[in-house]
Amino acid sequence: MTPSEVTREERILGIIETTRAKRPRFRDAQITMSHGAGGKATQSLIEGVLAPAFGLEELGDSGMVEVDGTQLAMTTDSFVVKPISFPGGSIGELAVNGTVNDLAVAGARPLSLSLSLVLEEGLTADELKGEVEAVARAAEEAGVRVITGDTKVVERGHADRMYICTTGIGVADPRAELSTTALRPGDRVLVSGSLGDHGTAIMLARDEFELDADIESDTRSLWPAVDALLEEAGPSLRCMRDATRGGVASALNELARASNVAVLVDEAAAPVKPEVLGACELLGIDPMYVANEGKLVAFVAPDAADTALAALRSVPGCEEAVQIAEVKTEPPRMVLVDTAFGGRRVMDLLAGDPLPRIC
Amino acid sequence: MRFVDEFRDPELGRALAGEILSLVEAGRHYKVMEVCGGHTHSIYKYGIDDLLPENVELVHGPGCPVCVIPMGRVDDGIALAKIPGAIFTCFGDMMRVPGSNGSLLDAKAEGADVRMVYSPLDALRIAKKNPDRQVIFFALGFETTAPSTALTLRRARAEGVSNFSCMCNHVTIVPPLRALLDSPDLRLDGFVGPGHVSTVVGARPFEFIPADYGKPVVISGFEPLDILQSVSMILRQLAEGRSEVENQYSRVVPYEGNVTALKVMAEVFELRPHFEWRGLGFISQSALALSEAYADLDAERRFGVPGVRVADPKACQCGEVLKGVIKPWECKVFGTACTPERPIGTCMVSPEGACAAYYSYGRYATEREVV
Repeated sequence: MTPSEVTREERILGIIETTRAKRPRFRDAQITMSHGAGGKATQSLIEGVLAPAFGLEELGDSGMVEVDGTQLAMTTDSFVVKPISFPGGSIGELAVNGTVNDLAVAGARPLSLSLSLVLEEGLTADELKGEVEAVARAAEEAGVRVITGDTKVVERGHADRMYICTTGIGVADPRAELSTTALRPGDRVLVSGSLGDHGTAIMLARDEFELDADIESDTRSLWPAVDALLEEAGPSLRCMRDATRGGVASALNELARASNVAVLVDEAAAPVKPEVLGACELLGIDPMYVANEGKLVAFVAPDAADTALAALRSVPGCEEAVQIAEVKTEPPRMVLVDTAFGGRRVMDLLAGDPLPRIC
Repeated sequence: MRFVDEFRDPELGRALAGEILSLVEAGRHYKVMEVCGGHTHSIYKYGIDDLLPENVELVHGPGCPVCVIPMGRVDDGIALAKIPGAIFTCFGDMMRVPGSNGSLLDAKAEGADVRMVYSPLDALRIAKKNPDRQVIFFALGFETTAPSTALTLRRARAEGVSNFSCMCNHVTIVPPLRALLDSPDLRLDGFVGPGHVSTVVGARPFEFIPADYGKPVVISGFEPLDILQSVSMILRQLAEGRSEVENQYSRVVPYEGNVTALKVMAEVFELRPHFEWRGLGFISQSALALSEAYADLDAERRFGVPGVRVADPKACQCGEVLKGVIKPWECKVFGTACTPERPIGTCMVSPEGACAAYYSYGRYATEREVV
């Protein structure tokens, strides 16, 4: 490649970065499954239609509201997973843990949940009771109470067995000083355990691939992990993310954009179970983009990284916590990865729709 | 992961990179085309370019099945998908390829029953589960996937699944390679030959490349070490003044190919007199249709399709990208009007497409320092 070609390529890349840095616009004529996949189409829906309509600036996992001097966090989530039960969990547990985790990673102690059920005509009483019990059990384990709710029934074919919507309220923990814009070069990026378990378990549970593997969803409350991090590394903790839809790669991209920094991932360090890696390899999917339901990504100041990691590892279920990336200055708003093979490449948001209805 | 990690060993990668460096002549520029989209994807995914000397350039070839589907065929597929009561099945990538008026994903959102399958047998299974509905499979791919379509059709026939049919878009690898070699646009030094296609057709069909054009071909596997070793083998042929077909992927590819698969293909398919390739125009005898014996399972004959040829969008330079004449970033709309989330051209859709691979993985190669 001649020097002038390099310059031209650089110039074109510059134009692309400018285009990419703009707030995404929603230009689609209709909603397609891509808008639900947690990648770029979802981003254009949220940042192009929803956030501007409500004047929301910082988009976190929870919103904050102050009542008589107390900071409350609030979040809501709908669960439409198919199939409704799968190895390691079911829609009822997801509905509790998903909302609890959105509060937890925002630095809020989860208090109470609402529970809204949309039921399809013909759902068996056993299935319903089983899921209600799953909700109650998961709520007890997570230390939250379900205090209100609603039920609706729709005609057969107008929903897929059952959908659950939960809204959660938590109280902001005074030890937390978190912001999506707080990342600084040098910060360390930790994950609380193995990646891609939930999404892979769901994929295999659909029986579309004739693959058998012992993979279970990782659905669990992340509050104990957050509590430990806040206790040991409180002021040094910049931000946390629940790596659900779109996986760790999407969480890193969101934060790189919000804080105007680069993130450099060490692919060889990412903890992925061999059976998850094998299934992903066969299906042509990168585990970094596969959903988790009980894994957080924590951004920590460099001097507190070791303490934070030790704190995480002391929590049951987070023994395999590890550092997977570091925050850098250049190139801003980009996530790059050093591949295990020794090359370096971009790790962008997903454009397509690898796996709809995983949560 | 056993049998995979062995081919991704960074130590061996560096050793091969050193070997490659010792084979290149200073001052000479080498252009090597990787024919297959699977290679293109691996090259970007693992950052293989980073390990090659500056004067060894990898040029991306036409072997990405989704990339070569012309817009008119997408429109035909959508027309079939919109037949009331029909279930239309295809591979995942295909759903996002734009036709002249939206993609299959859009047709799905508008109410068509479009389902993603991983194998033609999944489509047949859907047909057996829904005997009162017509199930159409959009068959796509080079000789790699054609045998599985052929076997599925044979099974459909044997089991009397009369509501199943196939819209055949299978293409063959040799005619476009010959067209490329005949094209004056491009001077190539050698080819990283298509590994998956060769598991079916073998090495013999590529003998014409050294024989008629004097260029080396090395049939290659898809892991990073496979590709580096193949590049090294090509450079060694060039250094020694040889040009022949070599088989790096001998753990999978026999010289004669898969004779059983070829026999099934010969029974189920026949060559189309000509077929349109996206950006490359009509190439004679470059695609497969269902043979007369399987005509009743041919969706095009069963339902009829518009069959209207649609010109590529003016701004789109997929043809030049597929021929390796321009780099993805040299296309006028690359990364601005044409992005993976809103593709104009096919090369931006499939992860095997050169544009999508470059956009998703390649934009920050080593030239830019991470600070």
